[in-house]
Amino acid sequence: MVKLTIDGITVEVPAGSTVLEAARKANIRIPTLCSYEGISSIGACRLCVVEVERMRNLPTSCTLPVSEGMVVRTNTPQVRDARRTVLQLILSEHPADCQTCSKNQRCELQRLAYELGVREVPFKRTPLNKTIHNESPYVTRDLNYCVLCGRCVRVCSEIQSVNAIDYAFRGYNSEVNAPYDDDLATTKCVSCGQCVLACPVGALSERSHIQGVWNDLASNKLTIVQSAPAVRAAIGEEFGMKAGELTVGKLLASLRRLGFKKVFDTNFGADLTIIEEGHEFLERAKKGDLPMFTSCCPGWISFAELFYPQILPRISSCKSPHQMLGALAKSYYAEKVGVDRKDVSVTSIMPCVAKKQETDRPQLSVNGIKDVDHVLTTRELAQMIKEAGIDFNSLPDEEPDDPLGLYTGAAAIFGASGGVMEAALRTVYEVVTGEELKNMDFVGVRGLEGVKEASVEILGNTYNVAVTSGLGNARKLIEDVLSGRKSYHFIEVMACPGGCIGGGGQPILNEKSDRLQRLEERAKSLYALDKDLPFRKSHKNPAIIALYKEYLGEPLSHRAHEILHTTYQPRLSCVPLLASR
Amino acid sequence: MNLMEPCCDKCHNTLANPCKDYIACRTEGPLCHESAECKAKLAEARDKLINGNHDLVIRIGMSTCGLASGSQEVYNALKKELDLRHIDADLMRVGCMGHCYAEPLVEISKRNSTSVLYGQVKAAAVPKMIEAYLNGDAQGVMAVRARKGTLKGEEGVPIFEELPFNKGQYRDVMVNCGVINPDSIEDYIAHGGYRAVTKVLTQMKPEEVIATVKASGLRGRGGAGFPTGLKWDFCRAAKGDLKYMVCNADEGDPGAFMNRLAAEGDPHRILEGLIIAAYAIGATHGYIFVRAEKLQMARRFMTAVDAAQRYGLLGDNILDSGFNFDVEVMLSAGAFVCGEETAMISAIEGNRAMPRPRPPYPATSGLMGKPTTINNVETLAHIATIILDKEYFTKVGTERSKGTKVFCLAGKVTRTGAAEVPLGTTIRQLIFDIGGGVANGKKFKAVQTGGPSGGCLSEKFLDLPLDYESLQSAGSIMGSGGIIVLDEDTCIVDTAKYFLNFTTAESCGKCTPCRIGLKRIHETLTRITQGRGTVEDLDQLKSLGASIGNTALCALGQGAPNPTLTTMNYFRDEYLAHIQEKRCPAHVCADLIAYKVEPSLCIGCGLCYRNCPIDAIRFEEVFDEQTKEVAKKPVIDSEKCVRCGSCFAICPKHAIIRE
Repeated sequence: MVKLTIDGITVEVPAGSTVLEAARKANIRIPTLCSYEGISSIGACRLCVVEVERMRNLPTSCTLPVSEGMVVRTNTPQVRDARRTVLQLILSEHPADCQTCSKNQRCELQRLAYELGVREVPFKRTPLNKTIHNESPYVTRDLNYCVLCGRCVRVCSEIQSVNAIDYAFRGYNSEVNAPYDDDLATTKCVSCGQCVLACPVGALSERSHIQGVWNDLASNKLTIVQSAPAVRAAIGEEFGMKAGELTVGKLLASLRRLGFKKVFDTNFGADLTIIEEGHEFLERAKKGDLPMFTSCCPGWISFAELFYPQILPRISSCKSPHQMLGALAKSYYAEKVGVDRKDVSVTSIMPCVAKKQETDRPQLSVNGIKDVDHVLTTRELAQMIKEAGIDFNSLPDEEPDDPLGLYTGAAAIFGASGGVMEAALRTVYEVVTGEELKNMDFVGVRGLEGVKEASVEILGNTYNVAVTSGLGNARKLIEDVLSGRKSYHFIEVMACPGGCIGGGGQPILNEKSDRLQRLEERAKSLYALDKDLPFRKSHKNPAIIALYKEYLGEPLSHRAHEILHTTYQPRLSCVPLLASR
Repeated sequence: MNLMEPCCDKCHNTLANPCKDYIACRTEGPLCHESAECKAKLAEARDKLINGNHDLVIRIGMSTCGLASGSQEVYNALKKELDLRHIDADLMRVGCMGHCYAEPLVEISKRNSTSVLYGQVKAAAVPKMIEAYLNGDAQGVMAVRARKGTLKGEEGVPIFEELPFNKGQYRDVMVNCGVINPDSIEDYIAHGGYRAVTKVLTQMKPEEVIATVKASGLRGRGGAGFPTGLKWDFCRAAKGDLKYMVCNADEGDPGAFMNRLAAEGDPHRILEGLIIAAYAIGATHGYIFVRAEKLQMARRFMTAVDAAQRYGLLGDNILDSGFNFDVEVMLSAGAFVCGEETAMISAIEGNRAMPRPRPPYPATSGLMGKPTTINNVETLAHIATIILDKEYFTKVGTERSKGTKVFCLAGKVTRTGAAEVPLGTTIRQLIFDIGGGVANGKKFKAVQTGGPSGGCLSEKFLDLPLDYESLQSAGSIMGSGGIIVLDEDTCIVDTAKYFLNFTTAESCGKCTPCRIGLKRIHETLTRITQGRGTVEDLDQLKSLGASIGNTALCALGQGAPNPTLTTMNYFRDEYLAHIQEKRCPAHVCADLIAYKVEPSLCIGCGLCYRNCPIDAIRFEEVFDEQTKEVAKKPVIDSEKCVRCGSCFAICPKHAIIRE
């Protein structure tokens, strides 16, 4: 432990901590912009400068390691002046149009300017005049707002190991860009949206599908909506509720108020996924075609298609839950209510940016009509609710519509990393043994760690399973598997750290609360929901049982394959691009 | 025989089984056996390297500065002339002696004759020059090495060492520059090279080497002036299975070329320093990080590394000492910020050259996270001397700044070039005694030292001694040692703007104060040069400059406001003239000057009209007050005029008035 003094307060922290960490421990707030949980500190923004005795200049507290007897001052005229100047410099090239910015009231720069008392910019304001990169259908990059904090770059490389973006050009012309100033969609970008989540300002945002949804709601189409498991544990935060507050009923009510004709639930799709995926796993196990990877996460699918085409045959052919539900809505349900496929509009509320890209996959369309028409992020839905004048907090709790709305606890936990694995194990165990599983909490696969392992014994066979979230962790795991260092039967992969609860489409709040803490709260809520539900195993879902009886037949039947399964394709990123130049 | 070949079959030195006396044997040997014949063979090989294969030896300065002034053409002309006359001679391509103003420089020497130097040689004049030399005539000779009485009229020719440019110089780094063939390791060894490596590897412990360097007082010549021995000590003490030794040859200051000159003239001296440093810190891998655009410098390093590997001075078990060290020459993409060691490390690792905050310092966590020492070319070039003859190094310099430093004289100075002088030499001595003062008889205005992160010093600092502390106290820095002289025709605001333009473009863009702050300073300076500045701008420049200095991540940003801050400090009146009187006293800022024709002086020759690049001058009928006549005279359209000054310069009657 190292003892130091910050603003007269003695703090003791482990050796190797930074001054910023020590200050936080002493409840001293130091403004930061480029620092972000989970990635390295680079000292780029210079907002967190402090005065340290016997050190020249003002070092950045985010990068300065503590040392014994260090005397730090965070609130001196010199420090306040320096911070204000840095902020004013950033503002001197930042568009002053907060009202129409995508991060309005969610912007860290806006909050810092307020907190640091910056009421004027003494420098001549010079707009950057950068191009707005609107080419990618999933992420919009408006570099005019970019403050070059580099959080997106580090998230993309250090957490996701994708490296789709990096710094380009020099000096004042520096910018964060895709290779060759190109469209993100032609790069290795997997559209996970973690960069959007990390962006403190309005430079990165998801492509909005809001208008398309408004249009469909105003049309004669049969508008169907579904929301993903992780949305219900997060959307409350957009309305001032505490982190992880469960808003299942209010969410459904708000969707009805918005005018959707049928409010289904992606959790139903999740239960269905477990049935299909569980049986697929058993099929593969018979053939020795293991390990099998899960397929719920489109960011992960893109990652595999781009970086590990050799493992594509080992990825479950199941569509992701919302795509299953979309496909059923436009086949089974449409037939049932006698509406033509083209007159059905399906909107998915997702904690995810990659789902926007997923719906564009040609494999997920029938006769040119997409199974899911629109994907709204949790943030976009909150926006629509606000625009519609719905008082979310005082909504009554409502129930989903039949027949694609009933779900089990197994589906509820899909939103947290490890949830798919746990849900699958519950079903696989009972299908194989025919006995009832007593303790169905596989706590070994829960939690926020990057890689979790567990072994499950079923009828004398030991199944080794692994659960990973965050693509950097996934990459390490795959390398271990490919090199033979590790051997598993079943592997769950989620692109975003913590799973969908930490998805790229989740609320962005400009308060400086602990991000990981927030994820934990959301996960806790989902596991609580699981415990509360009457059914906790997917194969016990009466609606699912009815669906098979009525329409699909058996799991993995021909019809089930047609509607619920898909294919994958190796993808090249910059390679053809380079060849054409 | 080649100096490095075995003298006879008794020599057992091979790459696989090296002899510890290999180098000593080449200079004093043979050592392992008595043989008059072998001794004679080695002595002859040495003699040929020092005095040439032929009676007549011609050295031509063919560093980049020489080549730029046409030394390749001179070389071709010399070769042709010698062929024509059937004269056998050694035609040697050598480095630059620092007399860049005199390039192409040719030195002709002959045993027992007066050695002569010709400056600014034109290819066309070569036959005449050779003719005169062969006739024993000193005509056209710039200087002689020593008067030996073999030339007619040599008494009237100055001795080279006594040339004003050489007076006060004390050569260590540049001692071989212009003398030896830089591509020949044999030549370097014949001139005493690699003896320091031999001494270190065979007689000294790493700690002793560090103690020797510490005791010499050598400080980093790359800019910051950190004590070299201490730097090595930190790295030696750092824990690590692998350590790296890096030579920074990424010289990027405008007006600084001492590293290029040293490397082009004597690359093995730097390599020798690098090997010693590696031994001292315990490194097994080394890099020479050199600018790709300084092609000749990079090639010289590559040739030197190749040769050293060939003779076992790099590689495994060097001189049978058990010490392994190898070097790779790395071409940089050319970024000024690579002068910041952490940025250079990032570049060597294959990433964008962006500095990172220290600590951790490279001594503990550098290249690939391993302990790393980075030394500048010039720092390393001093090492061999310090090991062999510490006295020579410590004899000169000041109490806290020991030894010599190569300064590059550039800008409006009579004699441009590189001069190696003891630290503590005054700016006046350097510019006026060595450099010959301001070019074209103009008045001295200021001097920029230390490159774009340095400061601009006024006349009152001329007697400031050039050492680390004195320069710092004046608001400037030693930097790499660039000395840019500004004369009365230079606008001080424009100069500050020039440097800010450079640093704005060379900033890596990582930290806010440097990326945006410098741009804002540049914009303000631009406004001032356009006559749109305000007095409040000056206050803002001062506080913003100080703030950037305090908060920027690396030395580039921290130092970048210096030219602005020092010029504002020492030339406030000139700033105020731009702001309050909308006047550029040096007549440089285009928006603040105007040209017009004084009809009474004009003779109507039309030169201005013909030379105007944008047709802003037309002839109009003008009534002449004095002659009371109407005559056609040129008139300048001030709307169109771009203030290039062509008309002003060409008018034979000075009838163009600048105001």
